[in-house]
Amino acid sequence: MIQARGLTYQYSGGSVMTFPDIQCDAGDQLLIIGESGTGKTTLLQLLSGLRQPLSGTVSIHGTKLQDVPRKQQDQFRGKHIGLVFQTPHFLQALNVEENIALAQRLAGQKVNLSLVRDLLGRLGLTHRIRAFPRYCSQGEQQRISLARALINRPDILLADEPTSALDDRHCLEVCGMLEAHASESHSALIIVTHDQRIKDRIPHSMNLDHYV
Amino acid sequence: MYSLWLSWKHLVHKPAQLVLNLVLLALSTGLIAGVFLFDRMITERLDRNLADIDLVIGAKGSPLQLILSGMYHLDAPTGNISLQAAKPFLRPGHPLIRRAVPLSLGDSYQGYRIVGTDTTFYSLYGLQLAEGRGQKDPMDIVAGASVAKALGLTIGHSFQSVHGLDDNEDLTHDDRPGFHVTGILKPNGSVADQLLLTPLESVWMVHDHGHEGQGHDVTAEEDHREITTLLIQYKVRNHLTLNLPRNINENTDMMAASPAMEMNRLYALMGAGTDLLRILAWIILAVSGLSIFVSLYSSLQARRYELALLRMMGSSPGGVFRLIMQEGFLLAFAGGLLGLGMAHLGLWLTGRFLEDEWHYAFDAWVFLPEELWLFLAVLGFGIIAALFPAWQARKVDIASTLIG
Repeated sequence: MIQARGLTYQYSGGSVMTFPDIQCDAGDQLLIIGESGTGKTTLLQLLSGLRQPLSGTVSIHGTKLQDVPRKQQDQFRGKHIGLVFQTPHFLQALNVEENIALAQRLAGQKVNLSLVRDLLGRLGLTHRIRAFPRYCSQGEQQRISLARALINRPDILLADEPTSALDDRHCLEVCGMLEAHASESHSALIIVTHDQRIKDRIPHSMNLDHYV
Repeated sequence: MYSLWLSWKHLVHKPAQLVLNLVLLALSTGLIAGVFLFDRMITERLDRNLADIDLVIGAKGSPLQLILSGMYHLDAPTGNISLQAAKPFLRPGHPLIRRAVPLSLGDSYQGYRIVGTDTTFYSLYGLQLAEGRGQKDPMDIVAGASVAKALGLTIGHSFQSVHGLDDNEDLTHDDRPGFHVTGILKPNGSVADQLLLTPLESVWMVHDHGHEGQGHDVTAEEDHREITTLLIQYKVRNHLTLNLPRNINENTDMMAASPAMEMNRLYALMGAGTDLLRILAWIILAVSGLSIFVSLYSSLQARRYELALLRMMGSSPGGVFRLIMQEGFLLAFAGGLLGLGMAHLGLWLTGRFLEDEWHYAFDAWVFLPEELWLFLAVLGFGIIAALFPAWQARKVDIASTLIG
């Protein structure tokens, strides 16, 4: 499903970073761990096409990201990749439902509100549909961002430190949901983290510490 | 439509900023449009009453006052002139004068002026009867359309006039013969709509206390009847007509004033005021453009993350650019529309006030082509103000923004 070969990246004025090759198929789960500064987030951004690598390729569904015409790159990302971050952010002017529907629209899909409500219901957010995200608790906000990442049934779900800001209970909850919903929508799940609590939950893991 | 909706959502998300921007825009647009409209309305109104009158003759005083009282029935008259002195101008077959209309002012009824005149007045303004008959005998009244409507006058209605042009009950001519309405005019948009017309003799009968009932069989020697104003239309324009006003002013007790000249002087005076107001309004419009720019630009920093999110979810750089541009456009659109609405509403209120005060009717719901240009200019301001913030939004780096 997603494949990375020979990725390197260089921040202006920095040294060249080299990343291991990655292969993660539909339904697979991969944990990428590493200390701060090992380039976890950079790797995730390379995988999602938010940054262009110095060398190497990323292919999704057999399509090389570099080959996608510039004008379609954003929509390609919106459609095929779901992203979850450590701190969830939303469009403050829109309520929860509108935020999720926006992800449908921007990915070039038709807005399907029953799908949105259904997903929010499965994430236990039915009572928050009309709320504004800033009035929701942190755990709820993380679940809303998960809903946003999942709404287009992405091929790949990328999570950047999704649990670092949460307490143990919510950490387990969000982790469980990521796993459950990724396998349900048959997405490849890649979690980047330094959170020791989730290390044991996911069988495949890769440590970046050796690559720097 | 969806992205317009998104822009609108962002605008209403910050209501204080939205209101400030709208008020500034509406104020400036409204002021500019108001000046346009008011200027146009006054000029049009006054021009319609010019009726090709070349000269106004009356008692000595202020020429502008003579014009305003004699032609527009706004000001008080400068005084009276003797019919004797006016006679040469009223002579049929005068080599220079095609038409001379005598007017005799001084009385009113419920604030509406009673104008003593003869049938030349009707042909001067092209007046037509809606019902009844024209003025024939003394004390006949032919009412203008607006007066008839305002006072509910019908054929056969009779009343006593009030001395003076104000509605003062104490000055009612109780002991004088009463007027009776014999005809009502069709509305024609001229000042005649606001007047009560009667033969000259009526005014003399009401005022000529010593010579009651004399009618018009008076010999020249003992004739001290007076009129107020003569409206003159020339037959030709040559050096003789050019010198006529000066001759009258220098050699008689009367004064001659040219409406075109006096009105141009009035417009020039008015123009200085409206020009200043217009400049002020354009400055406010520039300030409101600046205000749009500042609010879009300053919110950009706070919205960097949201813009990056939009990009992450699939929006192109162009999409983000459009989003901000639309916010500027929507603000200008709503503000401009609000301003034009305010201008017309203001005009309507002014019109109502003027109608009460001066019996001048205004149509506030006429739209001018200038308003369209103004509206487009306002839209232009909004778009220009949004251009730089939108360009900045386009350049937001998603990757480095989303790390936070």
